[in-house]
Parts: sequence; structure tokens; C-alpha cells
Amino acid sequence: MMQFMLLFSRQGKLRLQKWYVAHPDKLKKKITRELITTILARKPKMSSFLEWKDVKVVYKRYASLYFCCAIEQNDNELLTLEIIHRYVELLDKYFGSVCELDIIFNFEKAYFILDELLVGGEIQETSKKNVLKAIAAQDLLQEDEAVEGALREIGLL
Amino acid sequence: MNASEHGFNPAFNMASIKQAINEAVERVSTVRMPAPTRLRDLIRQIRAARTAAEERTVVNKECAYIRSTFREEDSVWRCRNIAKLLYIHMLGYPAHFGQLECLKLIASPRFTDKRIGYLGAMLLLDERQDVHLLITNCLKNDLNSSTQFVIGLALCTLGAIASPEMARDLAAEVERLMKSPNAYIRKKAALCAFRIIRRVPELMEMFLPATRSLLTEKNHGVLITGVTLITEMCENSVDTLNHFKKECGHREIVPNLVRILKNLILAGYSPEHDVSGVSDPFLQVKILRLLRILGRNDVDASEAMNDILAQVATNTETSKNVGNTILYETVLSIMDIKSESGLRVLAVNILGRFLLNNDKNIRYVALNTLLKTVYVDTSAVQRHRSTILECLKDPDVSIRRRAMELSFALVNTNNIRNMIKELLLFLERADPEFKAQCSSNIVMSAERFSPNKRWHLETLFKVLIAAGNYVRDDVVACTIQLISETQTQQVYAVSALWRALEKDTFDKQPLTQVATWCIGEYGDVLLYGPYPDDADAPVNLTEDEVIDVYQRLLWSPQNTVVTKQYTLLSLTKLSTRFQRGNDMLPPFYRKIRQIIDTFGSNLNIELQQRGIEFSQLFRKYDHLRPSLLERMPPMETARPQANGIIGMVNGDPDMDDEKSSIIEPGNTTSQSDSSALLDLLGSGDLSSSVSTMPAGNTPTVTTPATNSNDLLDLLGGLDLTTPTSISVPHQQLPTQIFSPTNTTNYLVDGLLNSSSMSNPNDVPSMVVFDKQGLKITFKLERSLDNADLLIINMVAQNSGLSQITDFLFQAAVPKTFQLHMLSPSGSLLLPSGQVTQVLKVTNINKAALRMRLRISYTGTAGPILEQTEVNNFPTVAMQ
Repeated sequence: MMQFMLLFSRQGKLRLQKWYVAHPDKLKKKITRELITTILARKPKMSSFLEWKDVKVVYKRYASLYFCCAIEQNDNELLTLEIIHRYVELLDKYFGSVCELDIIFNFEKAYFILDELLVGGEIQETSKKNVLKAIAAQDLLQEDEAVEGALREIGLL
Repeated sequence: MNASEHGFNPAFNMASIKQAINEAVERVSTVRMPAPTRLRDLIRQIRAARTAAEERTVVNKECAYIRSTFREEDSVWRCRNIAKLLYIHMLGYPAHFGQLECLKLIASPRFTDKRIGYLGAMLLLDERQDVHLLITNCLKNDLNSSTQFVIGLALCTLGAIASPEMARDLAAEVERLMKSPNAYIRKKAALCAFRIIRRVPELMEMFLPATRSLLTEKNHGVLITGVTLITEMCENSVDTLNHFKKECGHREIVPNLVRILKNLILAGYSPEHDVSGVSDPFLQVKILRLLRILGRNDVDASEAMNDILAQVATNTETSKNVGNTILYETVLSIMDIKSESGLRVLAVNILGRFLLNNDKNIRYVALNTLLKTVYVDTSAVQRHRSTILECLKDPDVSIRRRAMELSFALVNTNNIRNMIKELLLFLERADPEFKAQCSSNIVMSAERFSPNKRWHLETLFKVLIAAGNYVRDDVVACTIQLISETQTQQVYAVSALWRALEKDTFDKQPLTQVATWCIGEYGDVLLYGPYPDDADAPVNLTEDEVIDVYQRLLWSPQNTVVTKQYTLLSLTKLSTRFQRGNDMLPPFYRKIRQIIDTFGSNLNIELQQRGIEFSQLFRKYDHLRPSLLERMPPMETARPQANGIIGMVNGDPDMDDEKSSIIEPGNTTSQSDSSALLDLLGSGDLSSSVSTMPAGNTPTVTTPATNSNDLLDLLGGLDLTTPTSISVPHQQLPTQIFSPTNTTNYLVDGLLNSSSMSNPNDVPSMVVFDKQGLKITFKLERSLDNADLLIINMVAQNSGLSQITDFLFQAAVPKTFQLHMLSPSGSLLLPSGQVTQVLKVTNINKAALRMRLRISYTGTAGPILEQTEVNNFPTVAMQ
């Protein structure tokens, strides 16, 4: 089971955090800070894996963003790289060649996509098409509400 | 995002309409109250801040505004404000005040509100009881919603933040949703069940019936979540594991999983689940893992999956990471179940291929997995030894670490020479963080498998040179011990160490310590031979050259105090090793004396004490020097356990305890201890005591019945402590001569030791004081229920003819101990009468006990005050 996923920039700025274990806020911040420092200090020719406390940390850099997941001892670290890659593909499809700014300005969308890929730290859907379909349908639901709300506001409904 | 893709009327330009409407909304609401900054604008503002302080100002202002809208119960902009707050939270600012607002959003009927509300709940809520009760109610409502996406949001949130209470309250809802006809809900409910079982294992039972049918699904989402759930259940309880093995949806589970896996690898290209030519690797890996659990210790189940595992192992495309992911999982399964031997060889060979892979991640995984299997299948792993040794040179530090651990696991009698050669090369180049572990492991491997003593010694010397100061202290002790015990190799050892010592060795303190010890012991053979044929002895070495090197070592500020103590003692020994010839006072003799005398005023108290003691050996007690400094008999100390290597490899290097017991329990503490002791007795600090204690103090010393009383007197005069009877022989390790803790008369103890060794277990009582008819005996007793507690029954006996009155017995111990004295049986000692008193000493640190005694009484000659120190407590009493 994945314990948490962090997205952060090369400058060490946190861009996304998803926790599947209950930790107090303070601890979360401490872990985040420590991991960001450790990973940014690693050289590019090093492997993507890090034995860190009792978890295995798997990370990969895509352009200016680091994707970093903590998994348990029994989990397959190579598969975690595939999960990260799948998430990147989904972001890319959704935003259309995604960049760091897309994730900064639409961080909630990035969370929504992750929530359709993973639930409780485990993968729930292996078809990209299904994930995007679910996201699109929910976006549509929001748009409908926006239109409806606006029409009501200006007295058309 | 273009809405036209999703079945909307293409002619309808959604984006422009939306914008127009949004603007209208803003205009309308501006009339009522000013519209808050939009999320996008806030992010821009924050990003525009040039300094951290500027950013803080922007954030604080916005937070203050958001708080005020929360207070005003503004529901129109709540969603936008929470979204902004979540952004602020990600920057690391406190956002807990948004928790309740998130709950309000969740309770809203609008999907937009719920979506942000649940997102906020997942990010902001901790496991606090009060908020959780509220959210449990919200979740319960939404789990019964008619909109699948609302149920989906609720399930997703429950999966992320389920606390044990929530899990109990909502388990029934989840179980119901697992049977939903909608696959979108079913898969999320299955993972929710997985999380609920994680938090509250006893809820597992209720999910069993609904879980069973998940494996008959076609939908990959439901299948993978189903497999995940079953895996969790089977890992959780053996009963459930057996339950699934017997019956699962009218099919046996193993053939069922094998069939699904077979379909995956045999089915043609399916665009929906393809990843670089592999069909649904996520599902394949999950199934392989479940098969591993089902096949573990089960011959029949293993039999049923042998074929498919072989098929996956041979048919998977390995040019990309994804193929290797599956192979990796397959290898783990093959190693874990009762698989055929051919299959196991296949698995190890896959790992061997992994080691040659260009991808460092694959190499890392291979080493890790080999490390797990090496104890099961050593011979199969041995075949990849050379590849593993190559990995010692890998640029990646974690790969090097794994390769090192694996190499040590592979060392055996047959390959030790070759392996250690490579590992020594590795040790020379290794990062400091590796050196301690690597050198200790080489020492232990050599201990265990060395082909002969000569090779063993050579290896130890190479370790001492290559790892320098990173060598752990136990290596020093065990090298010295090995040299001492191997008489045939002492000539070789002393010449090899001499050559090493000639070079600059300040970064190799342990080496210097071993070398000076050896030269001190065997200096005569170093200079005058005879050399055996194979020893590469130094030519024409003179005494002066040796002394010059010693002078350099003693003068160099970079050498530690411990090293200098070794050196000083060694130099003293050399004075008897060097041949005098006809000259009664040869030049080297004066030189040695000179050097030693200078230490009499050294700033370091340990060195000063050695300096003074040793220079006395050249003056008043010169006749005793040769016999005192005789060669040590071969040592038989217990060495570090060789089987520790396994523990080391497995990652729990618990060596520290062992090393500290051999040498060096810290210099400073012992000094402060002894001064604390002095303070306690009110005799001022150490230096003043030395000066005020005249040599005439000697009469108060009880002379023990040994032939060394001169020496004791001598040291008694120097030391403010007066060593008492050595009627209780104690087992000091000979190496403790060097121990810096010994601030008192341990030198004597150590030197006397060789002649007074006796059975260490035979020590129930000891005489600590016997003078002028008053004899004090300690009877030692270990407390049965507290291992740290030593009970001392003091018996004071009057063997004289007159009575002793006002008898008062006082004792003090160093601060690391606790002393509790019960009241004495009396203060009057009639002739041949006695007084008893019980002392309880708690020794938490398991240190060597020292005790200072003060005895006052009135005898025929008037009041008498006596002081003494007891530091020869038998070591069995300490452990």
C-alpha cells in the first residue's frame, strides 16, 4: 500500500501531497521536508529508490517536477514507477502536455485525477480511458451546476 | 478542457458561455458584497512575492479575509475560499480553521461544493474525534446518494482517512456498495473494504461473501481491487487464506487466478490496458503477489502455479521497465512458494540478467532480491559472484551498499582469498560511511574462513591500513590477541607493523596502537632476529631509529591519548627489549628515560600518571623493571562472535556493545567519577591530594602477602589511593592495562595478574581491610530479582584483645552507582566480637565497581581514622 505521494519542484516547493496514512500535521511536514532535501541532494545517476525509515521511497523526475511515493516493504518498487508514470500520462492527457504551472494553478484537478487512479493507496483503475472518462463526467457535472447557478442568479431560471 | 468532447452539442461554445455567466455572477454578487479574490489571482499574487516575508504578508491577509467570511457564514464563496485555503495549506501555513467549513461544503447539495469539500477533508482532517463524528454522518448520507460520483467521492475519502471508529460505523454501507451493479462503485467499495480491514482487522468476516464474487469480474478495475482485497485478507489471517483456497465463487482460487493471468499474457493487444506491449502489468503484478501468498508452504497450490510462473518468466518482454516489473514479481513468487528446482534456477538467472541491465533501478532490485534469497539458495547465487563484485564499483551508492552486503553473504572457505581481495580494494576506495561496517565484516569473515594464520594477519593489517580511523575498536583487540596467540607469525607481524608505522599514521590510530603494542612486546626480534626465511625483515634497524619513530608518535598532537598510552607503555617495554651489550647505560636507555620523564608533567592526567609511574621504574625500582615488563603470555580472550556476520548483513549491526567492553569506556567520565568520589569524602581535588599525601603515608597501607609489596608501596605513595589486600584474585583482562579508565592501581593489578589468576566464580567474600586487629570482610550477594543490584554484607571483626568503640563505617561510590547503606548492627566491638552492616549497590551501567571506605573508631591508642579504596571487586559481581 502506498503511504503517501508528494510532488515537488526542483526548488524544493511542494506542489501536491496525498497521504494515505494518518499522521499529525507536524509529522507530515517533517517527513516532507526531510524527503525533499534528501531527494534533491541525490545525483542523477543514482537509482530511484531510497530506503528511508521503515518505508521504501520511489521517486522520479519529470521535467521540473519530482514525483515521490513511499511504499511498504512488500510492495514492488518497479511497479510504483509505473504508477507514477501512469499518473503523469493522465495529467498529460487531461491538461494537454502538462507542465508544472498547470499543476500549480489547477492543483485541485491534479488531486481529482489522482483520486480516480488510486483509492486508499492502492490502484483502483488500470484503464487510462476509464479514469479520464470519470473525470470528464464529473467536470461536466460541475459545469452544469455553474450554468444552472448563473442562470438562477440573473433571474433566468 | 474542451466540453465538446463529452457529448455536448458541438455548436454550443461552452467556454465562452461559461465565461460570460461567471462574469455575470461576479457582477451580481458584487452588489451584495465584494467578490473574494479568485484562486487563480491569489496564486499569482503569492508567486509574485519576491521574499518569504512578502509571501507571508499576502498569505496572512488572505487568511484573515477567509476567516472573516467563515465567521459570516458566507456560503456563496465558501467553495472558492476553501480552495484558496488548500493552496495556502500546501505552502505550509496553518489551515485547520477550515476543517468545519469543509464539512459544510460536503453537506451542500452541489457537486462542486462536495468535490472541494471532500478534497479539503482529505487534506485538512487529522484523526480528531469531534470532527470525525460529523464527517461520518456526511459520509453515511453520501454513500446512499443516487449519484454515482457523489458515492465515489465519499468512498474515496473514506479510503484515505478512515479511522477505526469510522471504519466500524461505515463498514455495513461499504459492504452493501461492494455488491452494487455499478462497476465504478464496486471497485472503490472494494478498496474501502481493504482500508477498513487494515484499520480494524476483526471486521473482515462481514466482507467475505461479497469479496468472493469479485474475482469472476471482467472489469479490470474491479478485478484488481478484488485481488488487492483478498491479498490483504489472506495476509491477515490463516483461516481466511484456507477459506479462499477451498472455495471461492464455486471455483478454486488458484486455478481461477492462473486462468486470469493466462488470459492476460495470451490475449492479443488490447489498447485499453496495454503498457509498452505488456497487457495490464498492474493487474499481473497483483495476481502474482496473491499467488505467492497462496503457494507459500502449500505443495499443491505451488504445483498448480508452476507452469504459469514459468510461462510469465519466459514470455515477458524485457526491454522496458514494465516487463522487468513483472519478472521481478514473478521471481519473488518463485522464491517464496514450493516451486520446482528448475524454476528456482530460472528465477536466479533472471536476477543475474538484471545485474547486467543498464537500468540502475533494475540492478538495485536484483541485488536486493538476491540478498533475500542468498541464504536459501546460496549455490545458485554464487554463480553470479563476479557480477556482484562488479557492482561494488557501481556509481550508485545504494547499489554499492547492497553489493557489499551480498558479497559478505557469499564469502566462504573456498572463495575467501578472492572475495576479500576484492572487498579490500572496495574498502580502500569506499566512502567513510561504509568503512566501519566493511572493515568489521572483513575481520569477521577472516575470523571465520581464513585459510591460515599468516593470511589472517595479512588481512587484518590491510584492513587497519585501508580503513584507518574508521576501524572499530574491537579490531584492535582481536588483532593483538591473534598476534599474541600465534607465536610462529610474531616475527612477520612485528616487521610488517614496523614498516607500516614508519609512514605517517595519524589517520590510522588503531593501526598505530596495534603496531606499538607488538613492537613493545617483540621489539627484540624486530632488531636482532632471528628472522625466518619468509619474513621480510628490516635491514640494520637501530635502536635510535625506533626511538625516533616513537618520539614522533608521542609528540604528534594528532595522535589520541589512548594511542600515546600504548606508545608510552611500549617504549617502556622496549627499554628491556633492546640489548645493552657491555655498556651499563647505553645511549638509547637515557633517551627512553628522557622521553618518559617529560610525561611526568604532561597536561593529560592519564599520560602524566603513566609518565611518573614509568619513570619510577627506571629509578628506585630499576631492579624490578625487567621482570615486570616481561613478555605477556599468549592471550586467550573471547573474540567477537564470527556468526555476527549474518546479523550484520541483515542490517542489524549490534556490534557496539561488544567493542566497548574491550577497550575505551571513555576517558572523561572516569575522571569525573573519581573526582566526584573525592569530593564526597571531602579530600579536595586530585592534584592537591597528591601533593598533600606524603610518601610517609605508606605505613597505613596494609601490605598484602605477595612479593610485590615494594611496588605497591611505591604506587601507594604516588597515588592517593592505597591498594589493599589482593586476597581476592580478580580476573582483569590483560588488555585492561591499557584501559584509560584505570586511574588508580590497575597497572599493578594487570602486571600481577599473570601470577595470580584463579577461578573467578569462587568469590563470595573478600577482605577489604585488616589492620591492628580490625578485619573488615565483604560478603557479596547478587540479588535474585534485580540483576543490577549487588548486596554487600559487611562484617567488621575485632580480632584484637581490647574493645573498639565508636566504630563507624562509611562508604562512597562513583556517581554512576547508587549506594544504599542500612544501619549497622552496632558501634561497639568487644574482643572477637563483630558488627555487621548491609550495603546495597545498584549498578545500572554495569561498570567496574570502585568503593572508597572510611573507617573510624576508638581503640586503646585513641581515635583512629582510616581510609582505603576497594577496586578489586570480582567482575562476576558486576555482570
